Amino acid sequence: MSARDIFSMAAIAAGAIFFLAGTVGLLRFPDTFTRLHALTKSDNLGLGLVVMGLLPQVDSVLAGLKLIAVWLIVLLGSAGTSQLIARAARKRDLDA
Amino acid sequence: MTLLLTVGIAALIVALAIWTIVARDTMAAVIGFATFGLILTLAWVRLFGVDIALTEAAIGGGLTGALLIGAAAHLRKTEIAAHADRVGMSTRICAALLSASVTVVLVFCVLALPDPAPTLASQVAANIAVTEVGNPITAVLLAFRAMDTMLEAIVLVFALIGVWSLAPDNAWGGRPGLRHSADPNGILAYLARVLPPIGIIVGLYIFWVGADHPGGKFQGATIIAAMWLLVIMAGLADAPPISRKWLRIGLAGGPLAFIAVGAYGAFAAGAFLAYPVGFAKPLIIVIELALMPTLALVLALMLLGAPQRAIK
Repeated sequence: MSARDIFSMAAIAAGAIFFLAGTVGLLRFPDTFTRLHALTKSDNLGLGLVVMGLLPQVDSVLAGLKLIAVWLIVLLGSAGTSQLIARAARKRDLDA
Repeated sequence: MTLLLTVGIAALIVALAIWTIVARDTMAAVIGFATFGLILTLAWVRLFGVDIALTEAAIGGGLTGALLIGAAAHLRKTEIAAHADRVGMSTRICAALLSASVTVVLVFCVLALPDPAPTLASQVAANIAVTEVGNPITAVLLAFRAMDTMLEAIVLVFALIGVWSLAPDNAWGGRPGLRHSADPNGILAYLARVLPPIGIIVGLYIFWVGADHPGGKFQGATIIAAMWLLVIMAGLADAPPISRKWLRIGLAGGPLAFIAVGAYGAFAAGAFLAYPVGFAKPLIIVIELALMPTLALVLALMLLGAPQRAIK
């Protein structure tokens, strides 16, 4: 096993831990805002680590750039939707 | 390890299917169904059906999910009343028996399938070279079984006409749905400004690589339709009145171009939808280019629903 493979395994495993922590947070935290906090923070970082782990394994620069693009688009999407969900939850709390 | 993954995905699919049926709240059931579509995507990837996985993610998870969420939101007001009158025991037993017998028949059908399954894959592999496309799925959809794809495109336009026919008389020809408004400085408007340029490029890319890799017009058109819907939902643009000439031309253009290419085949190659030798790839590209805007329009307009606002 090369140093490259060890790096990949370590990064992907670290990413998986973040996903696990985020899922536990989603299930255990008491309200919408803290659950969103758990989900978006850990998923963004977790996916970033998984992408970082996969980068040494790609066979072309283009494939690597696509992986990074996937991560950036997910960052944008999850940051945006979590804001929308939080806003809807706050509106509901104020109305109630 | 891979077996564990496969069993895990299969168990999740069954669990989500049960959840979708059992959940009392319509919205919860709909969200269960959309998630079901996403997990099904993983199952298709595991079966190496990446083309189907992409379609499932775009249509099954994304578009159908959005359609159902819209429907569930409309049902919110009447849902409590509907829950109040519970159906009788005999109806429930009949429904359970009916579903159980359908399941039994399906199980028997699956078990009765010949092993190995009959396949035309070898014939596709032997003849794919004449189409000059590299992706066998695209070769089947646009050359060997082009007739199916053509009818599918026409059916989609008919489905949209069906949705439009729900319009009240005075709103006919008007704009579909309600005018969306969102905080112009809010995050939705921001996303609707930042995402579409990226989404349009991704959509066109998926469309273009469909010739040689998983992808194609359907998946690409769904992404472009989603971008348009995002702009409309953020209130940055209004949905067009359905009587607009460009919209009608866009809707009819794809199927018409497909039929025209088919007729050209009858004239130049001896059969409807046959491609003259050496012209397969350019004709396939013509069809795909013409179908792409039609599909994007149909998918987005179907989500926007029947016209509700008369043109002033």
